[in-house]
Amino acid sequence: MEIRIDRIAKEFGGSKALDGVDLTIGSGELVGLLGPSGSGKTTLLRIIAGLEMPTSGSIFFDSDNASGWTVQERRVGFVFQQYALFRHMSVFENVAYGLRVRPKKTRPHETDIVRRVASLLDLMQLGDYGRRFPAQLSGGQRQRVALARALAVEPRVLLLDEPFGALDAAVRKELRSWLRTLHNKTGHTSVFVTHDQDEALELSDRVAVLNRGRIEQVGTPDAIYDSPRTPFVFGFIGTSSRIAVTIAGGQVSLDGSILPLTPAALPDGPATLYVRPGDFTVADGANGSIHGLVTVQRRIGPVRRIEVAVGAARALVEIDIPAHRTFEIGKPVSISLLRAAVFPEAGGIEPVCVETALMPSVLPLHQPSRWHA
Amino acid sequence: MRDALSLPSTSGAGSVLTESLRTRTVLIAITFLFLGLFLVLPLVAVFVEALRKGWGVFFSAFADPDARSAISLTLTVAAIAVPLNLVFGVAAAWSITKFDFRGKSLLVTLIDLPFSVSPVVSGLVYVLLFGAQGLFAPLLKAYHIEIIFAVPGIILATIFVTFPFIARELIPLMQEQGIADEEAALTLGASPLRMFWTVTLPNIKWGLLYGVLLCNARAMGEFGAVSVVSGHVRGLTNTMPLHVEILYNEYNFVAAFAVASLLALLALATLVLKTVLEWRFDQDVAG
Repeated sequence: MEIRIDRIAKEFGGSKALDGVDLTIGSGELVGLLGPSGSGKTTLLRIIAGLEMPTSGSIFFDSDNASGWTVQERRVGFVFQQYALFRHMSVFENVAYGLRVRPKKTRPHETDIVRRVASLLDLMQLGDYGRRFPAQLSGGQRQRVALARALAVEPRVLLLDEPFGALDAAVRKELRSWLRTLHNKTGHTSVFVTHDQDEALELSDRVAVLNRGRIEQVGTPDAIYDSPRTPFVFGFIGTSSRIAVTIAGGQVSLDGSILPLTPAALPDGPATLYVRPGDFTVADGANGSIHGLVTVQRRIGPVRRIEVAVGAARALVEIDIPAHRTFEIGKPVSISLLRAAVFPEAGGIEPVCVETALMPSVLPLHQPSRWHA
Repeated sequence: MRDALSLPSTSGAGSVLTESLRTRTVLIAITFLFLGLFLVLPLVAVFVEALRKGWGVFFSAFADPDARSAISLTLTVAAIAVPLNLVFGVAAAWSITKFDFRGKSLLVTLIDLPFSVSPVVSGLVYVLLFGAQGLFAPLLKAYHIEIIFAVPGIILATIFVTFPFIARELIPLMQEQGIADEEAALTLGASPLRMFWTVTLPNIKWGLLYGVLLCNARAMGEFGAVSVVSGHVRGLTNTMPLHVEILYNEYNFVAAFAVASLLALLALATLVLKTVLEWRFDQDVAG
């Protein structure tokens, strides 16, 4: 089922939790709502479920306007952050709950309930746990019971609030790929909320990045990571360095020297350059477009990350270099940009977010293969 | 060394927070002495006095029709006040913990009012409202309804005094539990009523029982407010605590203490049940 969110706004006592959100979730799609706490992502999820009523705007389930529907009428499968399992009921009864509360006319026969619950527990690899109580299960198992309970009612859409938030790192990783497999198997339209970008990028077909009650960008994980369209998305996803620059006549300059970036139609004035650690090349001497001094270097997994103070303001930029290379602290280096984005600060208040496609200024010596595509 | 860091440890010799043996012994002795002197001794005295002249005299105190009437009135009052406060308490706790609305903090303060007002004052308020010179006197007279110096007044005063017990017990419990379980039930298609019976009530049952117990103990033992509105009509408007007072004032000590011992037994039973409930409750929470 397709879900269309049309100009949804939600105010809580004068403060805007959601400020005109539009989003369409395709049938069978797995969409991640990603954002920092307070960005409105959980509120949006709860509005889709009918647990919260929007101040304005509409929700469509396929072509039906579902805005006035009650929670029960919406028939969504909701997995709560702390699972909200009924602690006084066995795992079996938890999963059967949604079937048992149906009115007599639509309630399945007891033997059908037993069969359905058993097959769901099997699907969740919980076949032997039906008689246990939630308190006797591990976090990962509880999570799967919550999922089974939500799926038992044959929901139109599966909604998950921070599905892995309460689990430790190892279990989280395992459940993540398992959930992806489950989604491919069952094909439910699914929306999940997370503040963890790795989770969102790994799991989702598309990611919607939320900030202060607005959607900043919607796109595939590749699009979100490789072409952030707003400063917020650039800053929130992955690591990036910011360098204050000036735009004049379409040229970007740092401390008076023009950076060899493809000119774009940008308004004159101060701007910020965003660059990811892997989108630099570094060389000894002064051949590159930016000069700086190495201040710190440390090993981060497979790469070495150095911090270089650049420009008159000594802005620190983080650069990843192959682990076998090292630089002396305090040594002057020259940096070239492979990819960068410029966001002008028109008026200096709210940044006007202009998408810029900037070409590498210098052909890289060690261009990481992922950028070739 | 680990003991030195863990606060609840009471056994670790040499722990930072453990006093010397002498200090500990003295502190514990003082506590026991105090409790023994002020709590246990009076309780024992009640039973000793009641049984001073043997079991025969003890039981004859309950053969007195006035005593029987006092016991039955007390039971009646509790049987009406406790269920009503059960409903009020659940409704109040429910609305305070599950909804956001204007005047919520006012409601919380109001629930505590009977705790902070002297019972005698609350009794007097009912006299002022429903008494012969009271605000509603003409209305009550017109319909021949008697409230003050009659059973309805006693019930009203008891409800007032015992109102906070159940709500106060449930509010922190329900606040801690949050509303996710209820929301889960609703998303699964349960009607609100079904949700209440199958999810909310099982979640709060031990706290609710505990609240009912406390409420009942107070309802049966209340003296001040009831004393003001009852009028002490023997065989008609005397509850057990009032009956004890009358017997005592008549120097009928054995009978007074016999009835008092019944109230004391109620208190002890409440205490035992409360301990059992707390234990069960912890078990439930711990799984």
